Amino acid sequence: MKHLMSPLDFSVDELDRILDLANDMENHPQKYAHACAGKKLATLFYEPSTRTRLSFEAAMLNLGGSVLGFSSADSSSAAKGESVSDTIRVISCYADICAMRHPKEGAPMVAAAKSSIPVINAGDGGHQHPTQTLTDLLTIRTLKGRLNDLTIGLCGDLKFGRTVHSLIHALVRYPNVRFVLISPDELRIPDYIKENVLDKNNVPYKEVERLEEALPELDLLYMTRVQKERFFNEEDYVRMKDFYILDKKKMELAPDDMLVLHPLPRVNEISVEVDSDPRAVYFKQAQFGVYVRMALILTLLGIKVEE
Amino acid sequence: MLNVGQLNEGFVLDHIEAGKSMEIYRYLKLDKLDCCVAIIKNARSNKMGKKDIIKVECPIDMLDLNILGFIDHNITVNIIKDGLIVDKKVLSLPKQLVNIIKCKNPRCITSIEQELDHIFLLTDPEKEVYRCKYCEEKYSGHKKKY
Repeated sequence: MKHLMSPLDFSVDELDRILDLANDMENHPQKYAHACAGKKLATLFYEPSTRTRLSFEAAMLNLGGSVLGFSSADSSSAAKGESVSDTIRVISCYADICAMRHPKEGAPMVAAAKSSIPVINAGDGGHQHPTQTLTDLLTIRTLKGRLNDLTIGLCGDLKFGRTVHSLIHALVRYPNVRFVLISPDELRIPDYIKENVLDKNNVPYKEVERLEEALPELDLLYMTRVQKERFFNEEDYVRMKDFYILDKKKMELAPDDMLVLHPLPRVNEISVEVDSDPRAVYFKQAQFGVYVRMALILTLLGIKVEE
Repeated sequence: MLNVGQLNEGFVLDHIEAGKSMEIYRYLKLDKLDCCVAIIKNARSNKMGKKDIIKVECPIDMLDLNILGFIDHNITVNIIKDGLIVDKKVLSLPKQLVNIIKCKNPRCITSIEQELDHIFLLTDPEKEVYRCKYCEEKYSGHKKKY
């Protein structure tokens, strides 16, 4: 049985098949409307999440399946002290597949080891969030037509941002990808990502502090939030905060075909005025998140839909 | 020269850094074994100046010596049978450590899940890096500190 713990659990070929399936679902939703009839998805969310949980639920409902679960640890047996191992053994009796979000890193892996149904990691602390990465890959591949030959700007909190780390891991497997890492000094990408992922795979990258400097050469800009509390002093925050706010004026520096992605929620790092720019695709990205989760559920359940 | 009785069957762990034998004793859980154990501290050594030696008389399948590779490559393991050295074990870094070291990441599931083994995987043999199987936190303890 296959589980999804990390975006690297799938080979490039397997990923391609999932992304192809997601594209087919986007184009022919009716074909898949009853693919999971009689199947149940358990959403085990030990911490609150709006987008991820609802997109999993929407994905299963789009496939004709049904959904059960809980949306916080307080309303689950965890509040009574039940272990993850015991919970998943019980849930395995109720559902056919499960998506788990847990504040503790590695919790879905513990569940997968004891589960008799496929387990999808829907985010474990600051560790992995593989379905966000699949969403990002589907968005890029669909709207850019490729995952290779790309110059990708990653902007914001590159130190703590798990979505950025996962995306780098996933994209270095494609040829001719280069990164422009845009962040304040305090929030640069960790050395282990540079050494073990970028350098190890001979992937070119450069680090810059100003977004304006990077914009003209980018095929994609992946924005993340820079939180005030991440800075060591107020002075640095005040000096830099505007560097990382994408507005209409900065968008003028970007190529006409550059795409802006964001894992959401956005706070103020992208001005609302950018939303109407055709290059801003972060809300489409949320829609792709549903398609890719549909494709993932179908793949992990081993269901094939005939033409 | 101090003489410690000859072993019939068991191990001689030689070239242990002086003063570290008791920690190895604990790591190998020798206190749990009902067999003869001799610990020699600060023995003279041409190579090391001073060294510790542990002699354990027990059937040779009773001890998990993989852990020694993690603790210190330089320990020499002589395997004794019928009073003779029949093998010298070359130590290497174990691919996996189970309940030898603990994950210190407070965000790791090992911090709350009952009876979950603490498992570390060797992720970079060249740099001798171990990471927690669950949260991938790097083990930052220094091996020589045992």
